[in-house]
Amino acid sequence: MEEKRTIYMDHSATTYTRKEVLEAMIPYFTEHFGNPSSIYGIARDSKNAIDAARVQTAEALGADPDEIYFTSGGSESDNWAIKGIAMANRKRGNHIITTQIEHHAVLHTCQFLEKEGFEVTYLPVDQYGLVNPVDLEKAITDKTILISIMYANNEIGTIEPIAELGAIARKHKVYFHTDAVQAIGNLPIDVKSQNIDMLSISAHKFYGPKGTGALYIRKGVRIENLIHGGGQERRRRAGTENIAGIVGLGKAIEMATVDIPGHNAKIRSMRDRLIKGVLEKIPNARLNGHPEKRLPGNFNVSFEFIEGESMLLWLDDEGICASTGSACTSGSLEPSHVLLATGLPVEISHGSLRLSLGDANTDEDVDFVLEVLPKVVKKLRDMSPLYQKSGKEGGCNVQ
Amino acid sequence: MYSDKVMDHFKNPRNVGEIENADGIGEVGNPVCGDIMKIFLKIDNNVITDAKFKTFGCGAAIASSSMATELVRGKTLEEAWEVSNKAVAEALEGLPPIKMHCSVLAEEGIHKAINDYRVKKGLEPWIEKNPHSHEQDDMTCQH
Repeated sequence: MEEKRTIYMDHSATTYTRKEVLEAMIPYFTEHFGNPSSIYGIARDSKNAIDAARVQTAEALGADPDEIYFTSGGSESDNWAIKGIAMANRKRGNHIITTQIEHHAVLHTCQFLEKEGFEVTYLPVDQYGLVNPVDLEKAITDKTILISIMYANNEIGTIEPIAELGAIARKHKVYFHTDAVQAIGNLPIDVKSQNIDMLSISAHKFYGPKGTGALYIRKGVRIENLIHGGGQERRRRAGTENIAGIVGLGKAIEMATVDIPGHNAKIRSMRDRLIKGVLEKIPNARLNGHPEKRLPGNFNVSFEFIEGESMLLWLDDEGICASTGSACTSGSLEPSHVLLATGLPVEISHGSLRLSLGDANTDEDVDFVLEVLPKVVKKLRDMSPLYQKSGKEGGCNVQ
Repeated sequence: MYSDKVMDHFKNPRNVGEIENADGIGEVGNPVCGDIMKIFLKIDNNVITDAKFKTFGCGAAIASSSMATELVRGKTLEEAWEVSNKAVAEALEGLPPIKMHCSVLAEEGIHKAINDYRVKKGLEPWIEKNPHSHEQDDMTCQH
């Protein structure tokens, strides 16, 4: 029997760990397993490995090594940045500015702080998911202590004008945090010229291991600790270091940022062919996110008259891994907060599909999706009472 | 996350389509909530001789519609009225808790189609014994 092929188009959810990354990690499980806080030889090996990863990470971000703090991932980094600034600066003010399209690691953290007496402004976005810098500047008050705006959106791929937003924050002397989890390897980052005070990253989004991330904290930022305990990470983040994970993050970020334009060119051209093909072949489809200012591998599309989960089930049946912004897969009854924030009607948000391309993909994958997806959409539309009502059956009489 | 039976009825849905000049039609749900079911019944001598559906919704909604139309075929209207959402879910070998509202929608669709028929015949519509929207743990969309 022919082996069923798997076409992985969900790189924004997670990536596989690169072979070179895994190979770099393995000795730190078995040989150099010493606790970096100890003083014997194998412990020194562990400590040196962490220091090397810190340099690799700092170089990728334009930061100094002693501004990099390793964490358990993007969610911890976001929680630390936001809660840490809130706790350390509450005497100065209780106002935080973020956006309506952040990852839940930011949104739910802000909602938690609202219960603790903080006030949060959730900036709107335009139809493409862009934050307007004018809106940001207007929202700043003398109580504002933190601005947190994502570098690029995980669902619709929209890239925010981070340098401009950072400059506004700096001008008003407000700390500026960005969740750059989706940006690493896709966009060049330079924390200094972009006026970024804190930046969250997560290794498994750029072909590193899961369970490892980092928070960049500019020197001089007043921030409280999130994880209390031992003196690791220069007394800022307690807990015995995930040495192998940190080594993996260092190797992965180095590889992901060595040639960003070259890496993107291939993925972008496959993605553009996919967008063009889908919009040509499938009527009543609309591209979500910005036509140009979007992550190179991101394609988010809404198909009218059908629901996303049923689309994913059929795609899965064909071996295609994708995501949807429909409520039906999220465990809640509301569809994607990101799509709703762009003004997409609720019923159309239910029919959204995200295909995120990356290193796992080939031109054949794109061909296969272009062959399968129109059939899946048609099959679901043929059984949709909405399709019939709209009078868009395509001229055929319904049986 | 879904049982084999749900996947079978999702991938090979029984009774998809419409019935021309149906004797009873019931449409329930709301596009805002992400699911709409439209049930068509053919009724002869108080017996459902054919049942079809069209559904916009998730895998569980499509499978529930398919199973519900299977369950009411050949039944008298009184018997069909008694086909509960739990019966639909059980016949599907279970639904995830968050998807139970899909089976509720299927039951309501059948009820609405039966009452559509009764009203057309000049009969009193039957009254829902346990209106689901008042249940505490109901996951039905409130739009």
